Amino acid sequence: MLSRVADACFWLSRYIERAEANARILDVNIQLLLDFEDQNAGTVQQHWQPILATLEDQERFSEFHTGISGDAVMEFVTFEKKNPHSIVSCVTLARENARMVREQISSEMWEQLNRLYLYAQSPAAHAAFAESPIEFYRSLVDSLHSFQGITDATMTHSEGWHFLQLGKFLERADSTSRVLDIKYHILLPTGEHVGGTVDVTQWLAVLRSCSALEAFLKISHGQVTGRNVAQFLILHDSFPRSIRFCIDHVDGALHRISGCEHSYFSNEAERLSGKLRSALNFTTIDDVFSAGMHQYLDETQLRITGISNAVIKAYGQWLDDAELGD
Amino acid sequence: MQGLFESYDRGGFFDEMFSDDGRVRPHYALLRERFCQMDPSEFEHKRALAEKSYLNQGVTFTVYSGDEGTERIMPFDLIPRIIPATEWEIIERGLVQRLTALNLFLHDIYHEQRIIEEGIIPAEIVLSAKHYRPELVGFNVPRNIYIHVCGTDLIRGADGQYYVLEDNGRCPSGVSYLLENRQAMKRVFPKLFSRYPVRPVDRYPQELLAALRHVAPNGNPDPTVVVLTPGIYNSAYFEHSFLARAMGIEIVVGRDLVVEKSRVFMKTTKGLKQVDVIYRRIDDDFLDPTVFRKDSALGVPGIVDAYRAGNVNLANAIGTGVADDKVTYYYVPAMIKFYLGEDPILPNVETFLSAVETDRKYILDHLPELVVKAANESGGYGMMIGPHASQEEIAKFRDAIIADPRGYIAQPVIQLSRSPCCNDGKLEGRHIDLRPYILSGEKTVIIPGGLTRVAMRKGSLVVNSSQGGGSKDTWVLDEEVAPC
Repeated sequence: MLSRVADACFWLSRYIERAEANARILDVNIQLLLDFEDQNAGTVQQHWQPILATLEDQERFSEFHTGISGDAVMEFVTFEKKNPHSIVSCVTLARENARMVREQISSEMWEQLNRLYLYAQSPAAHAAFAESPIEFYRSLVDSLHSFQGITDATMTHSEGWHFLQLGKFLERADSTSRVLDIKYHILLPTGEHVGGTVDVTQWLAVLRSCSALEAFLKISHGQVTGRNVAQFLILHDSFPRSIRFCIDHVDGALHRISGCEHSYFSNEAERLSGKLRSALNFTTIDDVFSAGMHQYLDETQLRITGISNAVIKAYGQWLDDAELGD
Repeated sequence: MQGLFESYDRGGFFDEMFSDDGRVRPHYALLRERFCQMDPSEFEHKRALAEKSYLNQGVTFTVYSGDEGTERIMPFDLIPRIIPATEWEIIERGLVQRLTALNLFLHDIYHEQRIIEEGIIPAEIVLSAKHYRPELVGFNVPRNIYIHVCGTDLIRGADGQYYVLEDNGRCPSGVSYLLENRQAMKRVFPKLFSRYPVRPVDRYPQELLAALRHVAPNGNPDPTVVVLTPGIYNSAYFEHSFLARAMGIEIVVGRDLVVEKSRVFMKTTKGLKQVDVIYRRIDDDFLDPTVFRKDSALGVPGIVDAYRAGNVNLANAIGTGVADDKVTYYYVPAMIKFYLGEDPILPNVETFLSAVETDRKYILDHLPELVVKAANESGGYGMMIGPHASQEEIAKFRDAIIADPRGYIAQPVIQLSRSPCCNDGKLEGRHIDLRPYILSGEKTVIIPGGLTRVAMRKGSLVVNSSQGGGSKDTWVLDEEVAPC
C-alpha cells in the first residue's frame, strides 16, 4: 500500500473518531447543565470552560470570543471552520482524506461520509441544531456509527482497514483519557463534597459521554465513585472505549500491518504500543490514584502521541514533512 | 405532440428526436410514449433524484474562481440521446480509421517524417506545434501506440451529417460521466432499459486496463499499472479515482513516485515497488521538472529518462499533442489518404488556417461569421464565436491572428444538432455534441456511444463542462429491430 494512502487512512479514521468524541462531549455537557438549574454567568462559565480545556482549544477560542457562553462554545466546537478541531472541520478533513483514498475505501463508506459532509455544511444542519442540540449531536453520532459499521461490513479487512482501525483506536484512547480528565477541570461547587449528589451526577455524565453508563452499571452494583468510574474507563479489558481495550487494538492492528508476531516488535511504533499495552494490563487503579489521576492521564496522552508519531515515521518514511501530522 | 412535448419547438435546427415534418424519429417513438405518460412534476422529481445521487456520490468536478474551488455536479439531462445501430456502425469505422492514421502520423513525425518529405504537411506546421517534442525523435514507444486513449468530438450539422470537430489525444476526460450517466438512467428509468436494446458501456475500465497492460515495457505479461493524477484539487480528480477504482489499480500523485537507476518506483509501506505502466492524467509540461516545466510540483523528476530508457511506459505517450493541434486537424483527411490509402469516413468541418495567406485574408474579412479557435487550447477556452462576439472581442482576435498566424484556425459556425432537454419543467431544444472514447490496445475498441454534452444555456453552442455544459446518457441500439 502506498505510504501516502496509509497515512490518509490513518488520519481519516482519527478525524471521524474525533468528530464523534466532540459530539458526545457537547451532548453530555448540555444535559449536565440541565440538571443544575440555578445558572448565572459564573456557573455557566464553570460548565463550559472544562470543555475547552479538554480539547486544548482555550487559546484559539479566545481569538474568536471574549466571554465563555454555552452558545459560543457549542458554535465554536461544532461549526467553526476556522477551528481545526471543530466537528465540521473534522468531518471536512476526514472527507478530504477519504477523497485521497477514494479507490481504497468502499463506495458505501465514501457516500456515507460525503452525505454527512454535505449535511454538516448545509443550512439544514444549523436549523436542526437550533431546534434541539441534543438531537442534533445524537444524529451526528449515529451517522458516524453508521460509517464505522459500513466500514466493517464493506471494506476488505486488509492493510488499509488495519490503518483505519489503528487511527480509530488511537484517537479513541486519547478521547477517553480527555473525557475522564474533564472531571479534573470541573470544580465542585462550594458546599458540595466528593461522593455527594453533584459529584455523582458529574461522574454519570462522564460515563454517558463514553456511552459507558449501562455497561458500567452492570458491574458496579450502584457504586458510582470516581475510583470505580476511572477503573472502568481506564482499565476494563473488554469495554470498547476503555483505554486498555483501545491500546490492545492499536497494538493488534500494528502487528497485523507488519506481520510481526505478537509480543515482539519490528518497529518503534510496535515497541511503544507493546509497552503501553503491558503497562495497562498490569496497572491497578491504586497505581493510577497514587500517581494522581490527572498526571496519569496526562502521561498516557503523551505516550499515545508518541505511538502516533512512531507510526507515521515507520510507514510514512517517504512522505515530506509538509504531509505529516494533522 | 402531447404532454411534455406539447409545445416543443425544433427551432429550424436538426433535431435528434423529431424529423423536419415534426414526426418523432422511429428510434425515439417508445421513449416519447414513456415520457408522455409522465407529468412535469414526476419528471422533475426524477431529475432531482438523479442530481442528488450525483452529489452524494461525489460525482463532481471543481470549478475555480479566484482561490476558492467549488465542487459542482455536471448538470444531467434525463432524455437520452439515441443512436441507431447503422449510424453507429459508420461512426465506429470512421473513428477507428482516424485513430489508426493519427498513430501512424505520430510514429512518422518522430521517425522518418515521410509525410513532410512527400509534401503532404509543411514541415513548419509540425515542427512549430506547441506540443511537438524534439526530445522524443527516434524513440520507439512500445507497440508503436502513441495515443492509447482518444476522445474525438463529433457534431451533427443541419444536414444530420456527423463531422469530426476535434481530436483529443492528450488526456481526454469525461468518460466517468458517461459511465455514471448510464447508472443514473438505470436507477431512474429501469423499465425503459428492458424494452430498448441498449448496448452496454460498463466494460470500459476493463478495456482500458487491457490496453494499458498491452503496452507494458518489454512485453512484461504482468505489469504494475497505476493512474497518475495531479491530486484531489484537480477538476477531474473524481474521474481519476473513479477509473483507478474501476480498474482495481493504485492512483498515485507525483510525490508517490521516485526514479532510481532509470526505473520508476512507488513508495509503499513495505518499501519501493516498481511501476511499469502509468496512465497519466498530467500534461506533458508538468510531467518531469528536469525536462519540461521546471516549476512543476506535480511531476516526477527523472520520469522522462526512465521512459526513454524503456523501463516505464506512459499513456498517452509524450508528444501526442502535435496530433490534436487544431492546425494538424486540418491535415487529418490527407493523413488518412496518405497512410491508409482510404477516403475519410467521417469528414472534418471546413477549416481555414490563418497560417496560409489566402485563408488568413478570408478569415480576417469574415470574422463576425466564423468560429475562431486557438490551436492549442481546449475546454472551450481561447475561442470566439463570431456571431455571438462583441466588437472588442472580434478586434482582440483580429490582432491575435495577425500577431500569431500559426496559433489560430477558423471554421464556419456549425449549427449543432439539438436534442430535447428539460429546463424548468419544460422541454426545449439544446445543442449537443458527442465525444466517443477510443482505446487503442491489441485492437482498437470503442465503447458504444460516448459522452453527449449539452450546451445548457438557450442558444449556446458551447458544451464544455468548464463553461456550464451538461450531459445526457447516450444509447447505441444493438439492432435495427424496433424496440418492443
